[in-house]
Order: sequence, then structure tokens, then C-alpha cells
Amino acid sequence: MADPAPRTDSATVPVVKPGETLASITDQISALALAPRAAWPWRIGFALSLALVAVLVGAVLWLFVGGIGIWGVDIPVAWGFAIVNYVWWIAIASGGTLISAIFYLLGAEWRTAITRIAESMMLFAAACAGIFPILHLGRPWLFYWLVPYPDTMGVWPQYRSPLLWDFFAILTYVVASILFWYLGLLPDLATLRDRASTRGRRIFYGLLALGWRGSARHWRAYQTTYLLFAALMTPLVVSVHSIVGLDFAGGLTPGWHSTQFPPFFVFGAMLSGFAMVLALIIPIRHAYGLHNLITARHLDVLAKLLLTSSLTIGYAYVMETFMPFYGDDPFERATIMERLVGVHATLFWSTVALNVVLPQLLWWPRLRAQPILLFGICLAVIVGMWLERNLIVITSLTRDFLPSSWGPFHPTIWDWATLLGTVGLFLAGMFLFLRLLPMVSMFEMRELLRRHERQT
Amino acid sequence: MSAATPLMVAEFDRAEKLADALHRLRAAGYDSVDAYTPYPVEAVEAALPPRRTVLPPIVLAGAAIGALAGWFVQYIPATTLYPIDVGGRPLNSWPAFVPIAFEIAALCAVVAGFIGFFVVTRLPRLYDPVFEVPGFDRASRDRFFLSVRATDHTKVAALLDPCRPLRLSEVAP
Repeated sequence: MADPAPRTDSATVPVVKPGETLASITDQISALALAPRAAWPWRIGFALSLALVAVLVGAVLWLFVGGIGIWGVDIPVAWGFAIVNYVWWIAIASGGTLISAIFYLLGAEWRTAITRIAESMMLFAAACAGIFPILHLGRPWLFYWLVPYPDTMGVWPQYRSPLLWDFFAILTYVVASILFWYLGLLPDLATLRDRASTRGRRIFYGLLALGWRGSARHWRAYQTTYLLFAALMTPLVVSVHSIVGLDFAGGLTPGWHSTQFPPFFVFGAMLSGFAMVLALIIPIRHAYGLHNLITARHLDVLAKLLLTSSLTIGYAYVMETFMPFYGDDPFERATIMERLVGVHATLFWSTVALNVVLPQLLWWPRLRAQPILLFGICLAVIVGMWLERNLIVITSLTRDFLPSSWGPFHPTIWDWATLLGTVGLFLAGMFLFLRLLPMVSMFEMRELLRRHERQT
Repeated sequence: MSAATPLMVAEFDRAEKLADALHRLRAAGYDSVDAYTPYPVEAVEAALPPRRTVLPPIVLAGAAIGALAGWFVQYIPATTLYPIDVGGRPLNSWPAFVPIAFEIAALCAVVAGFIGFFVVTRLPRLYDPVFEVPGFDRASRDRFFLSVRATDHTKVAALLDPCRPLRLSEVAP
């Protein structure tokens, strides 16, 4: 790029601090995973997360005993927090795939230092998401009825339903994500095996590394497989969120029945995914002193992506508001009027403020260089996206086409306990990842470093 | 060379030296060579005997089998085993079968690629004689190694000398 004046903002900061070597990067990252004892902030954080996991276990056990009547769901609002939380978590998970697959195909070098954190985030967010549809079934132990198999009842799944498509989309997405993540970990697990000082850890990482020795044959197969996986993951992440959108678009409910839903949900996934990646990277970088690897450049790029996704979702909100007035369905119009100026106005305008208005601050390069401000904006967006899921799932259901069957939704303590519990599950998973696995892809950093060396 | 030929291993501090050494060995007729690097190096790859990778066809085959299986698991129940008449619309409502067929195709492709990767790399293989080489733990950090099956050690050492290896070792196969 030919800039008229030399720029000094964070867009020009290198992706690796100058002076790093192959050995220094490897030693820094592996020392974090191989530290003999966990630091006390980690212990406190992990203990708090486990406490929330205990809340989740309690809420789920009580759900199994009492049935989904313990939640606030009823007719007409039969899809309550379970679906809100599912859509919210699966959208967050997309951030990992976008960074690890799409930006790999695009050859973006800023991706290298943060891809491992983003991918691990994706796994735990997808795990949290996957819990909800199963719990929501009412008789969760019969979830395998979704699988097409010749049973004695002679009943088969309804293949024309987006809800069944969703089952296959999530299944494929989760399995492919786990394999992609593990494949990317193999060379680094071998590094940990070679660096570990105790016999127990050598065995632990040695078993996980499966005997990787970095031979030319290994690298050749690795690069081919990784490239193919990235090329497969890219349409998968788009298909997952499109199909989640179709779950709603296929429903005859005012506020749902719209052709814009598949891209709308992909936009929402981008926004929540980038927000969560950034919200995790800022504290991790600070806590583990990774400023030399995750530089101001990374924060700047992610902030720009957050801003871009915020604009795309702003466009979707505009279209969502415009279309009922362009069409002539009085119920569609009534639903949107309830959002604009009616009973759901607070929820609607909070969503717009958090997801669209607030991120506009990121137009200023100076503000993109403020980690604390960025962190705050990301948390606001994550909350905003949860509100948006509420707006879509719940408010649409409260006002159906039949005014005699309108009704409200009031979440119960168990709804909130399950939501909080999955936050705990997510954080507990992230804490374990930070403790046991290399949080930055070491071999990709080595490769990046050598590429930079050759260029200079 | 038989599998009983001892393995000579040389250690280098730069990838360029390793690539150079591989070229020399190849020029002298040693084809049973391998390289161990802390990250994939193009120059090293180019210095080794060319190999065609079978992974893309494996992944493609997985995708094709998955697409066909995904199609038939929908087509057969929807048309014969459990037909549902929705306002007289065709039972073979194929556009509605595309998403699941795509998802199963992608799933089979990824699983085929994953299994294919382990077949091609011959992993898992927790022990390999090359692990006995002193200092080999740095192959996953900042050192570059080559291995060559050779009986004539002085000749190999002389060939490698201009590339300044840090260390030459020998392990039983």
C-alpha cells in the first residue's frame, strides 16, 4: 500500500516482535503449558468455573427429574432460553472456524498467533451449544431418533425439515472441528513431548503426539490435509449458520418467515465469533505476557473485523425492519411495530445499541489500540447478541397470527441456571486448554518467523 | 539398501544447510534419505525425491461416498419406506435433500482425510529409532536433521562436511 504519510498506528505494527527466534518462541509457549504448578489466578478462575459447572449439572439433573416444565416455556412460547442459548453459543463458535479456516485459505499472517485460542474457543462454545437442543427435546434420552436407522416402529425422520438438517449440520461441524483442531495440535504436542521434564508429562504428551517426528513425509501429508480441511470447514461454517437461520425461516411465525434469515445468521455468527475471540485474547495476552506474539496489530485487525460484521448485521436489522412495510402482512407489521415502539422496544433498541451503534467507535484507530475499551465493547456485543437471540426467538413467538393465543414468556431460575452453567462449562474448558496445551501454534509461529527473516 | 542398514543422522542449525546437504547426498546416489524439521520447509521438500500424495483423491472419494449415502438414506425412506404426502407434492422432493447430503458428504470427506493422513504418515507410531539420536528433541524446536541409510560412513561424512553439520550420529535401524 502506498500511504502518503508514514503511519504510526497499530496497523503497521509487525505481527511478531522483532528479535524473536525459533528457540525463544518455542520455549516461551511450551513453558506455559509445562509449568509445574498453576498460578493462583488460574486456580481461582478454574474453581469459579467449576462451581458454575456444578450449577449446570444440578439444573440438568433437576430437568431430567421434572421435565421441561421447570423452564419458562409454554404455549405459545415453546422455544425459550434453550433455543436462545443454543443459537447464541453456536454463533460464538463460528469465530474459531472463521479465523482458523477462512483466514488460512486467505493466507493472513496475523491469524497465526491467535488461531489456537480461537479454535479451542470454538470447541467449547460448540459443546455448550450442543447441549441445549438435546435438553430441549423433553425426552433427551431419545435424541437418537434423529438418526435415520431402520427401527421396529417403521418411522423415519422428516427430511424436509430444517430442524433435521440442523442435527446433521451440527454433527458434521462438531466432528470436523475436533479433527481439524487435533490435526493442528499434533506437531506442537510433539514439541511438548520433547520439552517435558517429567516422565509423566512425556508419556502424556507422547501418547497425544502419536509419534510425530516432523519428518518430510509428515509435513507433506500434514499440509495437504490441513489445506483440504480448511477448504471443507469454510462451507461448513456457512452452512451451519444458514441452516440455523432456516430453522426459523421455515417456521410460519411473524418475524421468522423471511428469506434473509440464512445470511442474517451468518452475519450474527461473524459478529459474536470475532467479539468472543477478541474478548478472550485481550485478557490471555495480558495474563501470560504474550505481547510479543499477540501484538497491537492483532487487536487492530480483529477490531476492524468486528466493525465490519457489525455493519453487516446493521444492514440485516434495516432489512428486517423494512421488509414488513414493503410487504402487506398486518401481523408482520404488528411484530416489527412492537419492536420499534411497542412492548419489545427496550429489547430491540438495546440490541441495536450494543451490536451496531457501540462498535462504530472502532472507526477511530486510536480507540482500536485501547485493549480495555476493546474488551468492554466485545463484552457488550456478546450480551447484545444474546439479547438479539431473545428478540428473534421469544418476542416473535409471543405474538402469533392468532391474537387469542398470544402469551408472554417469563424465564425461571432454572433457565438462568442453565445459561450460567454453560458459561461455566465454557470457561472451565478454556482454563484447562490454557493449562495443558500450547496456547499459540508454535510451529506456525516458527514458520512465520522464518518467512519474515527471509523477507528482510 | 536393506532395512538393516544403519541410519546416519546429521544435525544442522539452518534449513538451507540441510537442503544443501540433501542435494549433495542425492547427487551422490543416496536415495534413502529423510529430513526432520521444526516446521515445513519448501527447500527441504524440493531436495527430497518427488512423491505424489494420495490424500486429495482419498478426500474426494470420501465426499463422493458420503454424498451418495446421504442421498439414499433420504431418498429411500421418503419415497418408499415412509412416504409423507404433503399436498400432492412429489415424494422425491430432491431440493430438500441437498443440505443433509452435503453435510454427510463433508463429514465423510473430513473423516476420510483424517484416516488417510494417519495411513500416509504411518502414524501412530510411538517409537522410532531416530528418537535415539542425541539431541533429536530439538528437531521440534530449532534444529534441522537429515537421516540417510548408508554403510560407508566416511564417505557420507566427507560429503556432508562442506555443509557444516553440528553433529553426526549413527543409530541401529
